[in-house]
Amino acid sequence: MPGRIITITSGKGGVGKTTATANIGVALARRGQRVACVDADIGLRNLDVVMGLENRIVYDLVDVVEERARLRQALIKDKRLPELQLLPAAQTREKSAVNEKQMIKLCNDLKKEFDFVLIDSPAGIELGFKNSIAPADQVVIVVTPEVSAVRDADRVIGLVEASDKPAPKLIINRLRPAMVRRGEMMDTADVLEVLAIELLGIVPEDETIITSTNKGQPVALEDRTAAGAAFTRIARRLLGEDVPFPILGDSPGLLDRFANLFRR
Amino acid sequence: MDFWSRIFGRPSQKDSADVAKQRLQLVLAQDRTNISPETLNLLKDEMIAVISRRVEIDQVNVHVSMTHTPQGERLVANIPVIRARAPARATAERAKRTRTPRPARA
Ligand SMILES: Nc1ncnc2c1ncn2[C@@H]1O[C@H](COP(=O)(O)OP(=O)(O)OP(=O)(O)O)[C@@H](O)[C@H]1O
Ligand SMILES: [Mg+2]
Repeated sequence: MPGRIITITSGKGGVGKTTATANIGVALARRGQRVACVDADIGLRNLDVVMGLENRIVYDLVDVVEERARLRQALIKDKRLPELQLLPAAQTREKSAVNEKQMIKLCNDLKKEFDFVLIDSPAGIELGFKNSIAPADQVVIVVTPEVSAVRDADRVIGLVEASDKPAPKLIINRLRPAMVRRGEMMDTADVLEVLAIELLGIVPEDETIITSTNKGQPVALEDRTAAGAAFTRIARRLLGEDVPFPILGDSPGLLDRFANLFRR
Repeated sequence: MDFWSRIFGRPSQKDSADVAKQRLQLVLAQDRTNISPETLNLLKDEMIAVISRRVEIDQVNVHVSMTHTPQGERLVANIPVIRARAPARATAERAKRTRTPRPARA
């Protein structure tokens, strides 16, 4: 059975696409899936450092497209998880070094060897975004619960819906339950009501994302942290499991309501 | 937020999360339909002109806006009526006149 190509995109930059790609890849591989993570952010290579594989790059995506290297030579195996591999982006080229047709060909080749092909899209809605979306069987949109990120996500949803792709799914990242409880951050229901798309997962704001990224060890290598557990739930949902969404500060508990009484 | 809604309700309307959501709904209504505020204003002027031919309206208090509903984006016009403009006979006369074919444009 051929694999599934899933593109992770957002519109707005810096909301967590690369973090999500690395961690969903890790979580899927931990469940025995063969996963290829593709860094499509040509010129701003990042997925390699987030995954901790930056020292092993020999060839990149553009080398493969321009036939200087075979796919097999460019793919980097993750020693921690034998099922996980990375196709790094070229760092010294521009987005225009690749076109949609080449991306489709490349990802279809990967699809034959892997259960999942995860594409880390660049921010924006221009060429790099279009190249990343072109091969996708499924598009996942990452958003943070902020006005500008949600607005940009809506724009991207519109673009995906106008294409022949199935309806995109949403990951809400960096949710801060305490702020939600205080009414200082939009909650999951707010974001879903505004965007009207299906929820794939909620990832809380978690400092361990930063410390783990410092070390090049994605949080999803373990389920110990809140973010790691969240990415594992996302991976299980992608595998068709019906995993409930834990309530992260959605409705204020009685204690918070009493706390609110004394807040002004 | 009053005492009881603090205990039982969601946080008050003034909370920044609610403000964020409201602002988003407005800005997205514009983004999605691509109707700019200028277009809305033009639409309003034209509607006032058309409706005023038949009905006397409170032109200052006409509001035309895009609203987000669960069924999609809605164009909502709120037009306060003062009274119907002309007596029925005059209207009939007018209607007859408008039915005569217009001269072709040069
Ligand atoms: N849930 C989270 N909790 C805390 N920090 C996070 C979380 N998700 C992402 N971050 C941090 O946010 C920053 C941006 O994340 P990331 O690089 O994944 O975003 P991106 O969408 O790929 O950005 P770009 O648009 O530049 O490609 C990083 O420093 C990352 O560690
Ligand atoms: Mg990135």
